[in-house]
Formats: sequence, C-alpha cells, structure tokens
Amino acid sequence: MSAPSDIRGDLRLIAEMVDPDTRVLDIGCGDGQLLEYLGRSRRVDGRGIEIGQAGVNACVARGLSVIQGDADNDLSAYPDEAFDYVILSLTLQATRNPRLVLNEMLRIGRRAIVSFPNFGHWRIRRWLLFRGTMPMTDALADPWYATPNIHLCTIRDFDNLCLELGIRIERRVAVSGPATEGGYRPVSLFPNLFGEQAVYLLSRRR
Amino acid sequence: MNTAPMPGTATATVEADGAVEARATLGLDQPLRLDCGLDFGPFSIAYRTYGRLNAEKSNAILICHALTGDHHVASNNPLTGKPGWWHVMVGPGKVIDTDRYYVVCSNVIGGCMGSTGPKEADPRTGKPYGLTFPVITINDMVRAQALLLDHLGVGDLFCVIGGSMGGMQVLSWAALFPRRVFAAIPIACAARHSAQNIAFHEVGRQAIMADPEWRAGAYLDLGTNPRAGLAVARMAAHITYLSEAALHRKFGRALQDRERVTYGFEADFAVESYLRHQGSAFVERFDANSYLYITRAMDYFDLAAEHGGSLARAFQGTKTRFCLVSFTSDWLFPTSESREVVQALNAVAANVSFVEIETDKGHDAFLLDEPEMFKTLGGFLEGCAEHRGIGRK
Repeated sequence: MSAPSDIRGDLRLIAEMVDPDTRVLDIGCGDGQLLEYLGRSRRVDGRGIEIGQAGVNACVARGLSVIQGDADNDLSAYPDEAFDYVILSLTLQATRNPRLVLNEMLRIGRRAIVSFPNFGHWRIRRWLLFRGTMPMTDALADPWYATPNIHLCTIRDFDNLCLELGIRIERRVAVSGPATEGGYRPVSLFPNLFGEQAVYLLSRRR
Repeated sequence: MNTAPMPGTATATVEADGAVEARATLGLDQPLRLDCGLDFGPFSIAYRTYGRLNAEKSNAILICHALTGDHHVASNNPLTGKPGWWHVMVGPGKVIDTDRYYVVCSNVIGGCMGSTGPKEADPRTGKPYGLTFPVITINDMVRAQALLLDHLGVGDLFCVIGGSMGGMQVLSWAALFPRRVFAAIPIACAARHSAQNIAFHEVGRQAIMADPEWRAGAYLDLGTNPRAGLAVARMAAHITYLSEAALHRKFGRALQDRERVTYGFEADFAVESYLRHQGSAFVERFDANSYLYITRAMDYFDLAAEHGGSLARAFQGTKTRFCLVSFTSDWLFPTSESREVVQALNAVAANVSFVEIETDKGHDAFLLDEPEMFKTLGGFLEGCAEHRGIGRK
C-alpha cells in the first residue's frame, strides 16, 4: 500500500479540491490510488467506476468499493446528488459524449472535478505547425489511429462549453511539468498556451 | 469430542476445534408465518458454527448454502465423508477466517440434512410430510435463519455470504433485514429466477415425478425411492453448473474404458459416465421431495416483484456494504443478472462493489479454488472489518 505522499501529482491536485468527510465517486478510478488516498487523508466515503475488470478486482482487493463500468453508460443509474464530488480524471477526452457526461456528473454530484490534457499547449501547436501531423506527447502518446482520445479540447474550448452548459467554474488550475512528486508547476500566465493539463472544480449554476 | 446440552437445542456436539454441530427447535412460542400463508412450527434447524462470537457480538458471518448444499460448510460431511462444501473458503486463516469470525451455516428449511423438510415426520401424523409439507420460499428460509440467529444470541451480522441459491438468500437478507446486515456478498446469483432456469428446474421435477417409485411423493411411507428420477434431475442440473469449455477440457469426446463406440446405449463417452456417476452419488445423499421444494423456492424468487416491480425499492435506504461476484463462463446466473442488481443498488446510492471473475469453470466456480475470488473477497472483508472495527485475532 502506497503512503499518502506517493500519490501522482495530477491526483494530488484533485485531492486538494475535495473537502474532508464527503461522498466521492471516482469515474475511471484505475487501481484506486486516488480513492485510497482520499479515504485515508480525508475520510472520504469513496466509490469507483473502472472500465477494466483487472483494475476493478485490484480495487476491491484493496477494500475499495468499485464496480466495472464507464462514464458514457453507467452514470444514469445513480440518483440526483448522490455524491458531493464526482471526479473524472484525464478521461473526458475519451468519452463518446462529453457534454452528456458533464451534465450527468453535475446531476449525480453537487460538484464535479474534471481534468484533461490541454490541446492548446504551445508544444502541441508547434508540432502541428511544423510537422503537420497529429501531435504526440507524453500525455498523448498514441498515434491518431490508435488513440482512445476522440474528443480532445483546449482550455478555452472547455471554458466555452461550461458557459454554454450553465456550469460554474469554481476553480481552474493549469499545470505543466512532469506528474511526479513536486514536479507540477502551476501556470498562471496564458494557461491555454503554457498549461499541459487543466483541473477544474465545477458546479451547476442555479 | 463431547456432547454438551445447549438451551433450546435437541442436540449439540462440540468438536475439538470448537466447531459446533447442533439442531435447534424454533418457532415454539410463535409459529413462522410462511409466504404461502400457512403457519409453520415448531420446526428444527440443523446448523454448524465455527469460531467464537466476540464480546461486541460484531464478528458473526452467516453462510447460506446452495440448492443441494448443507450446513457442513467447512468440516467433513458425515454422510459422504467428503470435506465441507466450502472448505476452500472457510477455515482458520482462510478468506472466511474462523479464527477471527464467528461463522454460522444452517441447513435450509425444506432441506433434508437435518432441518425440518418433507422427509421429516409430521408431528400430527407421525408420517413423513411428503407433499403435505408447505411450499416454502427463499424469504421463508431467511426468516427461519433469523430465528436461529436470535436463538444463538446474534443480533447483527457482520456479513451474509452465499453462492447461487445462497446468493438469493443473501439478497433476501439485505432486503428483509437491512439493519441486521453490515456486509452482503451475493455470488453467482440473481434477484429473480430466469425463465430458462425455471425451465431447467421443471425438467428435473418432471423427471422425479415421472418415476413410478415417487408414488405422488409418499415414497418414504411406502418404502420406495425415486432414485432414477432424482438421478436424471441431478444429471440435467449438473450440466448447467458447468460450461461448454470446461466439459470439453475435461472430457472432450473421450471414450470411457473402451477403444471404440459400442453401437449401443451404454456410457460410451466419458462425459456420460461422469454424469451417471454424479446422478447416482446424488441420490445417496439427497431427498427427492426436498429437491422439488427447494427448486420451487428458487423459481418463486423475484425480489423486484415483491417491491412493486422495482428492484431498487428492495434496497431503498440500505446501509449495507455489498460485494457482488459473477463468473465469465456462468450461463446459469450470467454476469448480466448480477449487473442488474448492481444497477438497482446504484439507483439507491448504495455502497457496492462488483467483480467478475475470469474462469471457464461455469457456475460451479464459486465452490472451487479461484484465487482471484479469494483475493477480492479477502480485500472486501478486510475493508469491511476495518469499518466495523473488528481487529485482527
């Protein structure tokens, strides 16, 4: 079992947005690293959905409450406001219908935390400008024909979508650098140009 | 081994390892009102316990057995001499650790291993009940178990666990007594018996009832035994517990003790010989009328129907922590059935885990050595024990 300090940098960013003693649904929870961290450090009542059966079984074997499923198909079963936070980490760009997923997240959760790789980052822009082929980076490592990322977006795209869907952005953090311990740097200047990744804390406008 | 009197029980045997085999007489003050409307009791329940109930009474695990199972879950079955049906799962240091938990397993009512069932004598006539035994349901079995736990001084259960019909009882427990169940593990089961499964059961029942030895259910009184019918019922059912892949792996088209087919109807194929053996071994340990009654109980099981057609309503407000388990090659209770239960539990925002285990061993996988199942259930129980405040031994 990993010590709380070992958590991946992008997950730490998300964890910092979660208040203690709350109910959390982590969609695409992988091997349960974030859920376990939240349970231990914030006494969170956590649930997970994971697409891969091996990940699910690993989570359950760690004592986490996890089922097999995905963001596109399995959110409709939950009642309204079943959770305080619904988390979707680096997965939105791989969903079939990101608009619906976002709306569902904010139906079943009072808040949503979403992170995604920023396609507006200057390195990606440079790649496309000079090479003229689909950019490949550490975060987007697959060639265009094999990538699961079918709905990539920039920070500005996502801001616009939130506006259109009546979603309030409570916090937005853009970061760059390696996702290792202490590797991330927050980016405040031109985030859509210098942010490699963005993490949003969202709620529904009322 | 010594025999010690226990309050309210007819017999209780305490074994060297602290395991207890006993028979409790229940429903003395007040009979059990069955789903069919009849009052039942007094009646007996045969059960076994392992380990000790802790001072907080927080470590009790109830194990529910399947259609042809019994209460000999972890110790040798006195009738067959074989190890208990779930000895791979239950015992000292095992996933259900009898050094840590107080484990109770009882024979269902309607059964034939010591609990009151159709082969027992009806006190009013002195003759075996036969078909005068009332039709019982999964819920009736569970209510009878609840009376047994009252008798044993167990209020809340740390966990209820079972596979197949045992899993149905787990779901029934969670729906009937939500506050008494901290954790529930329904394995390889469904919230209702499918048309296909009812159909298979009907084949088994018709095989029994078509046997002239069955004598309209009065065979015990008349000194006959519908062995052929019961064996055929078991053979048909046994196929449904396996998978095509497992049958192929085990037998293929291999011939039984011969070089070539005999152009007759002997058991030429190994798979035929195996099934015949399964059938004839089964009739040595099981009562044909019990088979009718218990299959009927499974057929009638439909948790959603009991709650206005909504399975979610059966679990409304539940605080129980669920872990469902299914097996990829189980076509009797396929993964989709477990998934329906998961969706219903999600609809009431229940705490639920669900693992599907990759195996080619079919429905019977839950009884077998499945390391992935042990690992996930071990982790689930450990997490629950932490929340429940049950320390290590």
